[in-house]
Order: sequence, then C-alpha cells, then structure tokens
Amino acid sequence: MSAKLILEVRHVSKSFGGIKAINDVSFNLRQGQILGVIGPNGSGKTTLNNLITGFIKKDAGQIIFKGLDISKWPAYKIADAGLARTFQIMRPYPTLPVYKNLVPPLYSPRARRTARGKLGDRGAVAIDILEEVGFERDARVPYKLAGTLPLGYLKRLELCRCLALRPELIVCDEIFSGLSMSEIASMIPLMERLQDEGITLIMVEHRIKELFKLANKVLVLNFGEKIAEGDSSDIFNDEKVKRAYFGGETTYVFK
Amino acid sequence: MQERRRERLDRGVKVRSDTIYAVSSAKEILFLVGPGLALVTVLLILPLILPPYWQKVLTIAGVYALLAVSFGFLANFVGLVNLGGAMFVGVGGYISGVLNSTLGLPPLLTIPIASVTGALLCTLLLLPCLPLRGVYFAVVSFIYPLATVMIISATGVWGGTDGIAGLNVLPNVWVNQYVIILVVLACMFALTRLVNHADIGLVFRGVKDNELAIRASALNVTWYKAQAVFISAAMGCFGGAYLTHLYGWVGMSLFAMDFSILPLAATVVGGTSTIYGPLVGAFLLVPISESLRSFGTLRIVFYSVVMVFCVVFWTEGIMNYLRRRYEQFERWVRV
Repeated sequence: MSAKLILEVRHVSKSFGGIKAINDVSFNLRQGQILGVIGPNGSGKTTLNNLITGFIKKDAGQIIFKGLDISKWPAYKIADAGLARTFQIMRPYPTLPVYKNLVPPLYSPRARRTARGKLGDRGAVAIDILEEVGFERDARVPYKLAGTLPLGYLKRLELCRCLALRPELIVCDEIFSGLSMSEIASMIPLMERLQDEGITLIMVEHRIKELFKLANKVLVLNFGEKIAEGDSSDIFNDEKVKRAYFGGETTYVFK
Repeated sequence: MQERRRERLDRGVKVRSDTIYAVSSAKEILFLVGPGLALVTVLLILPLILPPYWQKVLTIAGVYALLAVSFGFLANFVGLVNLGGAMFVGVGGYISGVLNSTLGLPPLLTIPIASVTGALLCTLLLLPCLPLRGVYFAVVSFIYPLATVMIISATGVWGGTDGIAGLNVLPNVWVNQYVIILVVLACMFALTRLVNHADIGLVFRGVKDNELAIRASALNVTWYKAQAVFISAAMGCFGGAYLTHLYGWVGMSLFAMDFSILPLAATVVGGTSTIYGPLVGAFLLVPISESLRSFGTLRIVFYSVVMVFCVVFWTEGIMNYLRRRYEQFERWVRV
C-alpha cells in the first residue's frame, strides 16, 4: 500500500431534482489498484462515474486527481489529464472500419503529448492498440465495419478508446454486462495486464463474482450513499451489504 | 400467391474497385474517377456553350452551390444546422464593400481578406451558441442575419438602407464565371478530402454522431465546432464578397433569407450525408427557379412543394439515388 494516492473523492453529493443520486460519498484510490463499485440498480453507480469524469457537475464536494482539484474541470480536460472512461451504452461510428474509430482519441492533444511527437500514422497506431486488446489483425477484425461487431468487441472497443489516450486511471462502466462467460473470462486477463502496467481502474459492475476476483477494494453504494468499503471478503460478510444488495429478510425504510 | 421482393446487389466493378486491385484495370479506374471527372468537365465547359443570360444564371447558381456546400458540410458532417447562412454572405459582402469603398483596395485583395476576416468574425459571433445542438442552434443562427439587418437600417451605418454603390466590379463575364466555378470545385475537392481522409474529418463526424465519446477522447468539442464553422463561414463570406464585386454594390439584401433557405433546400433535394449532394441540388434548383421567374414570388411555393415532396417521398435525395444506381443493380427475386 505504499503506492501514491491517485484519486481522492471528498464528500461528493449530487441531486437530480428532489432525488439525492449521490450523497456525501468519499473514498481514496492508490495507483495501480482496482476499485470495484457495486450497488443495486439506481444506487448511483453511473452517476458517481459521471461525477468523477466531469460529465455531470456535482453539487458539493471535491475530487482530487494526482493532487489537482478537478472538481470544476470540463470533461475533456479531465480526460486530457489522464482520467479516461468507458460508456455503458456504446455508440461507435457504425459505417467506419473499427480502427478508424480510434482516430479521434489519437488526434487528441494528450495522445500527441504522450507519444512525444512519434505518433506516426494514426490508423497504424490504432491497429496496434486494437491488437493488444484482442482484435486479431490476421482475422482482419480491425478492418471490419464497427456496426457489424458483436457486443464483446464493442466493449473492447470502448476500452481501446481509453487506451489510445494512455490514461493513468480508467473508469469502466459495466464493461462485463451483457457478455458471455467466455467473453468475460477473456477480458479478465486483460484487466489484470492493465493493472500490471500501472493503470488504476475503477470498475462499476453487476457481475459480482468476476469483479471480486479482480478488485483490490470494493465500494458498495445504496440509495446514493456509501454503505461499505473494504476488500472483497469484508464486503461479503458485511451485514448492511447483505441486506441491501444480496437480499435479506429486512425490507429497508427510507430515511 | 408468389411473393417477390427487390434485391440490391453491388455491381462487380464496384466490388473490384473497392480494393487495391482497382488500379489494375482502366475500366475500374474510370469507374472510380469517372463521376468526378464528368462533373469537373461539365462545369468547366458550361460557360463556353451557354447563352449570355444563362451565363449569369450559372454564376448565381455557383454562389448558391458554394453556400449549399458550406451548409451541407456543417449539417451533414458536424451536426450543426445553420439556418443563418445569410449572415456569412452579408458579413463577407460588407467587409469587402467597406474595404473597397474606404481604402480603395482592389477586388483581388478585398475578396480574400473578406473571406478570412469575415469567417473569423462570424465564428466569434457564433461562439456563444456552439454548445447548443440541433434545433436550438438552428433557431439562434437564424436570428443573426435578421438582427443585423435591423441594426443596419436603424443606425444607418454603411449606407443604411441604400447600401454602398459604385464599387469596383470584376473585369469581365469570363472571370466572373470561372472564378466562382474554380472556387466551388476547389472547395468540393478540399472538403471531400477533409471528411473522408483527414483525421480531423473523423473528429468532425464524431462531434455529430457521438459527442460524448469525443469529449471522453480528451477533445474540446466547442473548439472543433468553431473550426468547422470557420471553414463553412469562409466559404459563405467568399460568396458574399464575390456577389459584392459582381454587382458593384453592397446592401442589406445580402442578408436576405434566400441565402439561408436555398442551401437548405438544395441539401434536402440533392441528398444529405454527401458533399456533392448540395452542389447538385443548387445547380438544379437555381436554374429551375430562374425559368419560373415569370411567376414572380409564386416561385417560393414551387420551392416549398419540391422540398416537401423530397422530405416526404424521396428522403435519399438525388445524389444518394444516383450513387446507388451507379454502384448497385436491382432485381426481383422470389421469396
């Protein structure tokens, strides 16, 4: 646990009208860790993602990334600082080949900066990135039209869009959902490799079993509040979590 | 009862010319470059064979084609529906007119200066509404030329309602025609390269198709929208400056709604999602409108009917239809 702190979320809140989507959530994340975020439907997981990555403006609190207060930054600037994200709903350019989908992120100032002026042809770089993530060049997958890809590849394409920025932290929004067991099984080594490369990951998931295998730390949300934080085994035995998430006898009452 | 359905298949030559082998046969090279060559040839020969009246129509059609292409670029490839195209025309026209009348600069200088500075000015003016999307941007951009006309007539600047007359005109009818045709062709070529082959073209298309992904790709959406508006505005301002020196006069009519609406009509008729569609649409609509001149303002009704027909019954437009027939063949098959 000696790695340096990369992300600090301090007392963040967000309401939509009268609904508190996120209420006073705080947590810290060290470099190279994988944080799993779980919670029932509507518990604020995606809102938390959007707040961290700047796609939604928060009402209160602070978000510190690498010592910088990014609370008020626009989304593109946060991505530029190295905090990338995937989207739950993937919308690639369906009429373009897969590798051309990666040209916009490679066009960004961050991609140019991290390549130190040696980016070369963006299409070629894109194909290299795609191949690392399992788009086999020999099977000509990177050249297929993005609209013809199955879901598993689309999820990987989302991840590739992040990797093209050479990020330090990736927020993955339900990257396993909708995938078959074998597809997930092939994604897990990929996530582990990203961790080995020093990339910090926040993974919002419904697939608890796979997530708990990967995550160093798990955060549980319910009704926008953090109800537990700790490593996988602690969370499994936490009474509050059992009640809220895994289903208990008690019915919960609104405060 | 036998059910039949129509089947569309790519022509063999289309399939072959999709790959690198296209360069292996003259037929396939012709298939690829033929339509473009035909367009260029027709546009270059037209001024030589047309009677004098229709030569004038051709120059006006060229201006409208430029505006239509500029509108189509923003609408089809960046997702900004700009209903204030007349703003570009007016700003370009007034800048070149004022430069010509006060400083005495020749058209050769005022037209390029007006294109660049006018485009900068228009981009700055539109900057506050660039975060808007869809119909909101359309409505706000529509207000700009209307408001500018009011300001000019109320304050009486730049000749007020009379405009500025007695400006230098372009030397002769041949220069008139070939300048606009060559500029239109150059813009077509550059824009086709831009949206189909350049990396920034993919960013523009991303802004239209998936703005969230562009923001998540560490790209500032407003900055790229501003660049696209600058490109589009430069074409519009050129059109305005050119008209000013065509007539030797600049006035409020440069902010007329025609310049905003006809490009839209041309894009709808010519076919969306292509660069060439608006050009073809403009070169069809303007001559048709000219030949209906005896009906006076009833022409507007004709336009509206054509537009409604295209929107309702023929959404693909001329260019997409032609391209489909060129690349594919149809046949009836039994189900």
